[in-house]
Amino acid sequence: MTARSAAAIASLTLALAVSPACISFYEIGIETPIQAKLDTSPFQRVLVLGFLSGGSKDVDVNSETVRLLRSQLRTKSSLKVIDSDVVSLVDVVDKMKGNVAAQPAAPTAAAADPEAKDAKSADVRSEKDLQPYEQIFADVAYWKKLGEEYQNPLIVTGVVYFSDINKSGIVERPREVIDAMGRRQVVSERQWMDRKGFAIAPKFVFIDGRTGTQLYTDSYREETLYSASQNTPPLSSYFELMDRLIPGFLNTLSSQKIKSTRFLLK
Amino acid sequence: MKTRILGMCVLAVLVAVPAYADRRSEAKDQVKFGISVAEKNLWTEATARFEKAIELDPTYAAGWNNLGIAYEQSGKFDDARKAYDKAIKLDPNNMQIRQNYDLFREIYDRTQRRRDR
Repeated sequence: MTARSAAAIASLTLALAVSPACISFYEIGIETPIQAKLDTSPFQRVLVLGFLSGGSKDVDVNSETVRLLRSQLRTKSSLKVIDSDVVSLVDVVDKMKGNVAAQPAAPTAAAADPEAKDAKSADVRSEKDLQPYEQIFADVAYWKKLGEEYQNPLIVTGVVYFSDINKSGIVERPREVIDAMGRRQVVSERQWMDRKGFAIAPKFVFIDGRTGTQLYTDSYREETLYSASQNTPPLSSYFELMDRLIPGFLNTLSSQKIKSTRFLLK
Repeated sequence: MKTRILGMCVLAVLVAVPAYADRRSEAKDQVKFGISVAEKNLWTEATARFEKAIELDPTYAAGWNNLGIAYEQSGKFDDARKAYDKAIKLDPNNMQIRQNYDLFREIYDRTQRRRDR
């Protein structure tokens, strides 16, 4: 054994012997319980009816949102999800306005009229265009009637606006360079970039099907940007953005545990 | 007279220092055991140990930090915030305590916003 290897073994042994005594912190995984925002114990069933929707014409935001939320609730909540036709609330409101004296429009009838839906979606050009329609969430009679029809479920509805966005500006990005000595370095580089992407702004409204009253509302906003040369399908961006919102949505109806790590100190 | 007072002060310090050292040593033992049970996911026992540690030595920042984590794990957010606040006050430059606190605040602020609605 050479002197060098003997020294190496000795220092390794010393390090192993001393290290446990020197450690002053321990990284530990914890699960923080977050209570559900809404008490769903009075309900056995949930009806995801449909949304006031608008924005991109490449994605049927209303249908996709209903489908996605129903599937998430089926697997991640204890409530039984009611299968029903997807309702376009924009059409429902228009029909109500057109026939004020009549009874609230039947949701299935609204869904069965795709031409009317297409005509209407052309009128919704911004999030503001949907605001006048939001009065429907306060229409207790409409929601109560719907609740009776589906045996008093918890009703999930709201507004979803999904649109494409363009944002150009200076972007800071890391760049690897090799200096005169042949060493690799990462430098920050500022660059003007044309970027495009999508934004989603959903507002979820939870309604008590027994009384027709609003129980809770929750609003979100997410956006994703790509370089102008990148061609990302709107539907895939829609799912990417909804993926970020789903945990918050589910936490409205059921308790969740957030996994993270902390440092325990000696 | 002055000499007598000085002598009494010295005596008091001589008595107090080992007593403080004993309490800190006991508190450290409690924390050490608390960490070992927390690593086995026995958080009720760990919480009791960390509580004992800060009772023995209320100036022990690590004890408060660990207690904050234990409270956080059991969903006692207000208690956790108080414990983290105390830990930071006692050891403001400790990076681990700061990091724990920042991560906790993200969750705590979310729950507070919800409560305000």
